[in-house]
Amino acid sequence: MSTTELTREVARRAFAAEFNDATYTFKESDDERAPNYALLPTGARANRVFFVGTLTETEDVGEDNEYWRGRVVDPTGTFFVYAGQYQPEAAAALRDAEPPAYVAVVGKPRTYEPEEGRINVSVRPETIAVVDEATRDRWVVETAERTLDRIEAFREWEAEADAPEGATTVPSNEYAAMARERYDSPVENYRRTVVQALEGLEETTPTA
Amino acid sequence: MSELRQHAEDVHAQFSDHVDVDVEDVRERLETLVVDYKVPTDEARRSVINHYLEEADMEREQLAGGSSEAVSIEEIDEPERWVELTAKLIELWEPRSDSIDQVGLLGDPTGTIKFTKWAKSDLPRLEEGGVYRLRNVVTDEYQGRYSVKLNRTTVIEELEEDLEVGDDTSVIEGAMVDMQRGSGLIKRCPHEGCTYVLQNGRCPDHGEVEGEFDLRIKAVVDDGVDAHEVIFDAEATEELTGLGLAEAKERAMDALDTTVVADEIADRVLGSYYRIEGPTFGRYVLADDVERLGGPADPESLLIKARSI
Repeated sequence: MSTTELTREVARRAFAAEFNDATYTFKESDDERAPNYALLPTGARANRVFFVGTLTETEDVGEDNEYWRGRVVDPTGTFFVYAGQYQPEAAAALRDAEPPAYVAVVGKPRTYEPEEGRINVSVRPETIAVVDEATRDRWVVETAERTLDRIEAFREWEAEADAPEGATTVPSNEYAAMARERYDSPVENYRRTVVQALEGLEETTPTA
Repeated sequence: MSELRQHAEDVHAQFSDHVDVDVEDVRERLETLVVDYKVPTDEARRSVINHYLEEADMEREQLAGGSSEAVSIEEIDEPERWVELTAKLIELWEPRSDSIDQVGLLGDPTGTIKFTKWAKSDLPRLEEGGVYRLRNVVTDEYQGRYSVKLNRTTVIEELEEDLEVGDDTSVIEGAMVDMQRGSGLIKRCPHEGCTYVLQNGRCPDHGEVEGEFDLRIKAVVDDGVDAHEVIFDAEATEELTGLGLAEAKERAMDALDTTVVADEIADRVLGSYYRIEGPTFGRYVLADDVERLGGPADPESLLIKARSI
């Protein structure tokens, strides 16, 4: 449970494949307490994420104190979730979990650099809850929809920016512009992961 | 000195429709009385107002009513306007500071708006459900949301009639991502008309009291585009979780701890998807209708779109 933030940050929906590529983080102001954002490659800023997947493994990787790592798998990849003494409820949820299980996770993106030039993206969870398969399927479709919305907005902006007269128009999609500057991976890759995620759902949905 | 400046601006605003008064002139008059002649601020203000009344050949009554324009809540779209509202007090909230006497939500047929009444304004208490004509309130804005502030010059008139309150009904579909503090089994002040939630057994108005149990959830429902704050009262909480007030009390009694109820609720609802329908009051949606959402509606059409763009 938390106290109310002044304006609560929305929890973005992104598949693991895109989330793990969100290696660039930034703040919108110089204020020390200003929120941190991860830049999603399809052109959105994320201070918080919500995802549902299969918790496949948990492990206490801490040395002196408990520090739990959970692997949460979606149709496109794996989210890495780390919870220690400052996330007691989430840490307890990982300690008590019995994988495999469907879990819903709310958390903040974090990046770390295990070695020079390599950046890993992980999640610091706020809550971890065991949920059912219907919830997981709903998340997959919802996340596909939100991702397609971002891809469409990205392409519209790109078309405008690359048009001959585009140089003079103001960028209408700040985070798409930022993503194109920071990342090499084209948004087409993420469209493919959306297709892949939805196809996986079709196979497992008996009534489809 | 900034306090005098504030008083001067208030007085100036009251007169600005009637006489050509300069704020600086008002401030100087106040300053002479307060600083040079050690007159208490209240008395100085009264005296300065009288001076201008005389100058404009006006009665005190004209001043209160005449200087603010009657508006509906929906019309409030800029800060620092002096207005008159006729509104019903829908709900009182807990003031977060001693300088605030009362804070809550007003409604009229066009919508709802937050109000703040300062302790130093020395105004009569407003009751939930009461309908009031409020003259001389000032509009304010914070992060795009408007509110009104009652002040020393505000005239409160309680009306006999009832007032219909326009409630813009919202429908939200999203995941329950958080439960806020103050959720679960709570205690309210038992005094009639007082709805304060007790903090450590104390009511801000009535001190230490034997509270009455109530059940509620303050939750965040997030659809990936916006984070909505939703309040479930005891009835809606039972509809959502299957846990009613009586059972919640039993659980708390067994555990000798009320927090087990919030934990139990969190276990049942966090991470799941819901469709919630209800009126919007300020930043909150009050859950009237709650439905838990199952599997996705239409993955196929989305797949067709994903393949084609």
